[in-house]
Amino acid sequence: MDRFRMIFQYFQSNSESVMNGICGLLALASVKMYTSFDFSCPCLPQYNVAYGLGIMFIPPVILFLCGLILNRQSLVMLEEWRRPPGRRKKDQAVIRYMCSSIMQRAMVAPVVWIIVTLLDGKCLICAFSGSVDPEKFVGFANASTVQVQQLLAKVPCKDDELMRNNTSRKAVSRYLRCWSQALGWSILLILIIAAFLARWLRPCFNQATLLQARHWSNYIDIEQKIFEETCCEHSRLFAHKCILHFFESMRQEIKLHSFSLPREGEGAEGEEDLLRGITDQDQVNKLLKMWYYEKPPLDVS
Amino acid sequence: MDKFRMIFQFFQSNQESFMNGICGIMALASTQMYSAFDFNCPCLPHYNLAYGLGILLVPPFILFLLGFVLNNNISMLAEEWRRPQGQRGKDPSVLRYMFCSMAQRAMIAPAVWVSVTLLDGKCITCAFCTSVPVETLGNASHSHLSQGEIQRVLARIPCKEIYNGQQLIANEVAVRYLRCISQALGWCFVLLMTTLAFLVRSLRPCFSQAAFLKSRYWSHYIDIERKLFDETCAEHARSFAKVCIQQFFEGMSTDLVAARCHLPRKAPADAGDAAEKLLGITDQGTMNMALKNWHRCKPPLHLHPPALPTGNGWAGEGQSPLYSSAPRRETAAYYSWV
Repeated sequence: MDRFRMIFQYFQSNSESVMNGICGLLALASVKMYTSFDFSCPCLPQYNVAYGLGIMFIPPVILFLCGLILNRQSLVMLEEWRRPPGRRKKDQAVIRYMCSSIMQRAMVAPVVWIIVTLLDGKCLICAFSGSVDPEKFVGFANASTVQVQQLLAKVPCKDDELMRNNTSRKAVSRYLRCWSQALGWSILLILIIAAFLARWLRPCFNQATLLQARHWSNYIDIEQKIFEETCCEHSRLFAHKCILHFFESMRQEIKLHSFSLPREGEGAEGEEDLLRGITDQDQVNKLLKMWYYEKPPLDVS
Repeated sequence: MDKFRMIFQFFQSNQESFMNGICGIMALASTQMYSAFDFNCPCLPHYNLAYGLGILLVPPFILFLLGFVLNNNISMLAEEWRRPQGQRGKDPSVLRYMFCSMAQRAMIAPAVWVSVTLLDGKCITCAFCTSVPVETLGNASHSHLSQGEIQRVLARIPCKEIYNGQQLIANEVAVRYLRCISQALGWCFVLLMTTLAFLVRSLRPCFSQAAFLKSRYWSHYIDIERKLFDETCAEHARSFAKVCIQQFFEGMSTDLVAARCHLPRKAPADAGDAAEKLLGITDQGTMNMALKNWHRCKPPLHLHPPALPTGNGWAGEGQSPLYSSAPRRETAAYYSWV
């Protein structure tokens, strides 16, 4: 009984810590992906915004979907949601709890990406360099509109021949980076405060319902695992019986067709006969051939 | 019972994590291959496209096939597909399930290669540098070069050292443009693959969960049955060999006795196991003859019925029971978690 309980606890804590581990790994992977990605702003008027905002928002969607795919509990939740009620009622609170815990875990990596992007600043500089007010910057103040657009679009590219020694370029770049980092830190602060409040205030509302939902969602997860294990066990025993029947039927057939003397000594029958009456090369070949050409039926009754 | 379950769980997770591990290793191997590969754009008008697209598409195909080759279950699938029906019907949904799981795992490394290639940008830059819109990005109207000349100049864009078209279009501008397109394609490809994977995984419980459970159970069953059959045959072969060799030595011993016409020395009653193990062969000449006969004239694969194993059979080793009640060394079958 104790061992049973120990195993259960192990599964239970294990699946949660597995999910938290996956969450953490995805967050680290998102940072690594960002640092190894070679950001290369096109520095062309229409393409900058698309590129900058694309790099800021598409990888988070990808990371969110990855977070949902890699989380085993999302499958369990979907199955529970779509199953016919049958003899067991469905509890919406449990499904909602599972959904919210899955979503929370899946949101961590995208948020990390967005914050790292904002704190680094390259994306925003690329996307919004064409939208700054040229009047504020000396180098761009007195040029025609089209030219200004072209020049501003080239601000993210430090090595461009027009921009190499342009001090106004640095000014625009610093200005945009300042905004980007301020935005990044603000978002981080808001999210952390929200998480703190949610965790701290949760016990004040519906604690009992929460405990129930958590218990039953754990239960559904464990039940699923044990069902799979039991199926594994069952198929192994089924296979065992099936093969035994097969060997037995081969033995019967050989007895019928061959005229060999019956084995003397009932003692041989009393103990386990590993050879099962198959005692020469032809018989073995026949058995193997039968196994391939005519597998036994899936019936061990 | 508990221990049984614990061991099963361990092997089950082990097999799964083994399969996922192979998948992950191949994905890492494909990124490593890409970074170790020395990309060398030919910088010639028609060769660029072939080289660039070749590097983009041929290695993924190789990695896909490799993914199948490294998967142990491919032979199981082939066997199940080709076996004659016999007394057991064939279920196409099981075959489909097995094939789909294998294909899904094999697709990961090629997808990683294509994404890394697109996000890096060298292949697309090489392949499409001759299609850069010179009118919008450069000064097409100012040059007096023929179309072919322009193509040749543009083809050299990836090779900065020999590029001579700075008046036509700046090298950095063209490279940035092409790389931007390549990275956009790369991210869209990754998004598409991830969305597909998500849809496949999440739509399945909504539509065919019962059929899925069935296919999964029977594919697992086929794998376990095959392993158990192999184990049973191995056991059988072992017993067969044991008895065959025992009969050989007994045959030798009887022959020797008949040839020498002397009564076999009765082993003293208290010599015990050691004398029995000698099987009547007690000197060098006899042993040499036994070894020679074993090489020159192996016994037929046919066991004599009276000599089938009795209680104190062979060499002190007890006979292993048919199926011990303790859990066997069993690996659980292939499981798909996609």
